[in-house]
Amino acid sequence: MLIIGEKLSIIAKRVREAMMKKDKGPIQEIATRQWKEGSGVIDANIGPAEDGGEELMQWMVTTIQEVVPLPVCLDTTNFKAIEAGLKVHNNQWGKPMINSTSNDPERFPILELGVKYNSDVIGLTVGKGGLPADAEERAHIAAEIMGRAMEYGLPLDNLYLDPLVLQIATSQDHARHVISAVKMFREMNEPPMKTVVGLSNISNGCPKTLRPILNKYFFVMLLDAGLTAAIADAHEMAEVMRERSIISDVIAGKEIADKQKMTEIRKTLDVIMGRTLYAHSYLEM
Amino acid sequence: MAFTAPKETYSGKVYPVTIGTGDKAVTFGGENVLPFHSFEGITPSRPVIAIEIQDVPPADWPDTVRKPYDAVSSDPVTWAKFCQDELKAKALALRLVGTHPDRENRSPADAVKTVKDVLAAVQVPLIILGSNHAEKDTSVLVAVAEAAKDKNCIIGKAQEANYKTIAAASMANNHKLIAMSELDINLSKQLNILITQMGFDKEKIITDPMCSALGYGIEYTYSVMERIRLAALTQNDVTMQQPLLGDVGMYVWKIKEASAPEADLPQWGALEERGIAWEAETATALLIAGAGLLIMRHPRAIKEVENLIDELV
Repeated sequence: MLIIGEKLSIIAKRVREAMMKKDKGPIQEIATRQWKEGSGVIDANIGPAEDGGEELMQWMVTTIQEVVPLPVCLDTTNFKAIEAGLKVHNNQWGKPMINSTSNDPERFPILELGVKYNSDVIGLTVGKGGLPADAEERAHIAAEIMGRAMEYGLPLDNLYLDPLVLQIATSQDHARHVISAVKMFREMNEPPMKTVVGLSNISNGCPKTLRPILNKYFFVMLLDAGLTAAIADAHEMAEVMRERSIISDVIAGKEIADKQKMTEIRKTLDVIMGRTLYAHSYLEM
Repeated sequence: MAFTAPKETYSGKVYPVTIGTGDKAVTFGGENVLPFHSFEGITPSRPVIAIEIQDVPPADWPDTVRKPYDAVSSDPVTWAKFCQDELKAKALALRLVGTHPDRENRSPADAVKTVKDVLAAVQVPLIILGSNHAEKDTSVLVAVAEAAKDKNCIIGKAQEANYKTIAAASMANNHKLIAMSELDINLSKQLNILITQMGFDKEKIITDPMCSALGYGIEYTYSVMERIRLAALTQNDVTMQQPLLGDVGMYVWKIKEASAPEADLPQWGALEERGIAWEAETATALLIAGAGLLIMRHPRAIKEVENLIDELV
């Protein structure tokens, strides 16, 4: 399992301020911590970055790689910023990753960059027509993206299919569609296609105490489905790996000694699988 | 071989709710099947339509729906008696819209007087609604809940921002409670959980997923209602088994289709028929989606929907 450390995102206030001030301290501290916690790639999400995106992405890539011997996932919708980042990326630490292409024609040129700079590319299974309704639609879009990758000359081994995790608080049905989609994506090639998710979006909008619980059990279900990579909090994921066997036991319907934990896992699985309607207080019912 | 119609069986059931006292008390809910699927299970009660009246004259209602009440609506008591005695209302919904700070800004004490007068004049069950101003409703609904103690009314509407005080007042004075959220099934469930966590009996809640008129987002209301019913029946979700409210009249009679004159829009057809049909159609859709209690305005629209219910039950 490849963890792409999610913490360097412009959405986080501390990171955003460091980006604006070009203050290396916080960026390097967060990157280092994620590396120590087990991340294999560091995500650098600079947002749409319409002004000064190229310079900002280069600064991010070099700032991260100054202290961490890992590749960077270049996360922005700004094509030029991605290319600028790829130019300075130190490939000695591994292939860079691009987040992302999709089935929207505006995002096809990203594939050219993937080929030109031999980088991995995340293919988000959305098109121009909005969000996919179910696993089948995700698979259909995935097939289009795979075809497009071959057309551009990007090896399928460099493509990570992303089924698009949505918020469980507002789009509950999609949680189980994402799990099915990961299974379907794998079956679309031999060797199986690589898959990736933006994990913590599942719990976006949920109460703070609930977020790690949803993230963790959803992650185990995705692991069981064959997920290759996750943009996630490495610290949280390390916890999951320690608890994995008991979580898997509960998923398999077995009893475990810690009854409170068992109830927590079962209720969360029911919500993820759509067997119980989500509410912020579902654990209290 | 004889044909056997396929039947669904469900694991859950909608709570029956009784409002009012004595002979005139009415019950809705109680079914263990989707709306009007009486061939699959039990449907002990028919949906109830409450006629809406106000604490202040309905100056803002379009002519079509103001006219039938012209002679009585200057006073909530005569209005209430008219609805009970002449229109044979099974329940009344008294909306204290005059308490809204942007309207007449009537005080909680004014509201209490209106409620007491109406309760003294009629025997049918009363639904007491605030002005939908979360802050003002807190003081108004607490006062009227106390004034109507033991009359087994419905108090509404409790929302995320004000449910604590309104639910507490409703509980202390033995009323039912409307829990309203804004077209979000997950927040609707959450509000029901929060209210029951206060010690409020889950079987005394009526869920209002927020109404919308035909052509103005009714598909959202429909879909949320339908999903709530499915969660109640197929998942046996005890937090979603409350009867559903369709607060129809208020939403229908403010849209342009209910008031645009024929002179301006002849292609839209006769104004009066149009408004009445619009209210009846909106109500019908919500009945099919699962509403057990409707609040409506126009006597003819109400009659149409009652006739339809007669045919469906």
